[in-house]
Amino acid sequence: MLNINAFIVGLLFGLGLIVSGMTNPAKVIGFLDLAGNWDRSLAFVMGGAILIGAGAFAIAKKRQRSLLGTPMQLSSITGLDKGLIIGSLVFGIGWGLSGFCPGPAVVSAAAGQPKAWIFFVSMMAGMTIYNMIERRGK
Amino acid sequence: MNLSDFIQSSYIAGLSGGLLIGIAAAMFVLLNGRIAGISGILAGLIDADKGDKIWRVLFLLGLMISPFVYQIAFDLPAVTIDAGTGQLIIAGLLVGLGTSYASGCTSGHGVCGISRGSMRSIAATLCFMLAGFITVYLTRHLLGL
Repeated sequence: MLNINAFIVGLLFGLGLIVSGMTNPAKVIGFLDLAGNWDRSLAFVMGGAILIGAGAFAIAKKRQRSLLGTPMQLSSITGLDKGLIIGSLVFGIGWGLSGFCPGPAVVSAAAGQPKAWIFFVSMMAGMTIYNMIERRGK
Repeated sequence: MNLSDFIQSSYIAGLSGGLLIGIAAAMFVLLNGRIAGISGILAGLIDADKGDKIWRVLFLLGLMISPFVYQIAFDLPAVTIDAGTGQLIIAGLLVGLGTSYASGCTSGHGVCGISRGSMRSIAATLCFMLAGFITVYLTRHLLGL
């Protein structure tokens, strides 16, 4: 059941990304282009998602276990750290350079966009490099 | 803006897509007790320490099949990727490294984290948006890439 739900959630998430316009890098860059002809429609994506998400997470936070009985795995880390800030800034630079963030890159690659594959493979390489560095530090 | 402009604009598309993403994130946390964060799900696939590969693969499969399901009813929206190969390689590496270091991306921090009122996710979102705004300003308006 958990695995079936993971599949359904992935599918719905992908459909949401396509419907919203997030899978089009030119549109994402239009949203990030405050000084140009700013496309604010993508602000509605986050707004719509948080509208539903806030209700769900308010319920989730009060529960120890999910409706299917698995432990609620919400981060218990509080406070800001270097990794969170620098990592997010680095991610934002890559996002602005390409117009891709991870979800839309997967969807566009699956849809057969060769350029999305280039981005996706390189993103996975970035994650692998991070993993290796972190491992060495342990 | 009048009503017909609003409906025909991409605002409605943005909002509907956002609601779908919200429903997906809600289903994942309520049923599986997990955060629908794409970068974390992908990173978990290449991390040998993470034994829970099956649901990650299935989530990824769902995501990958979505354009084909969408095509049953509609034409896929046009996709324009202006960045060249070199720029995409650099961008991909930065996104991979950055989201791993920050433990999240637009979905994990931007949608799920903000939904649960996490200060860390609000800070992360402000940082990647700010960096995105500055990067596009520099590349588009100052360097003309």
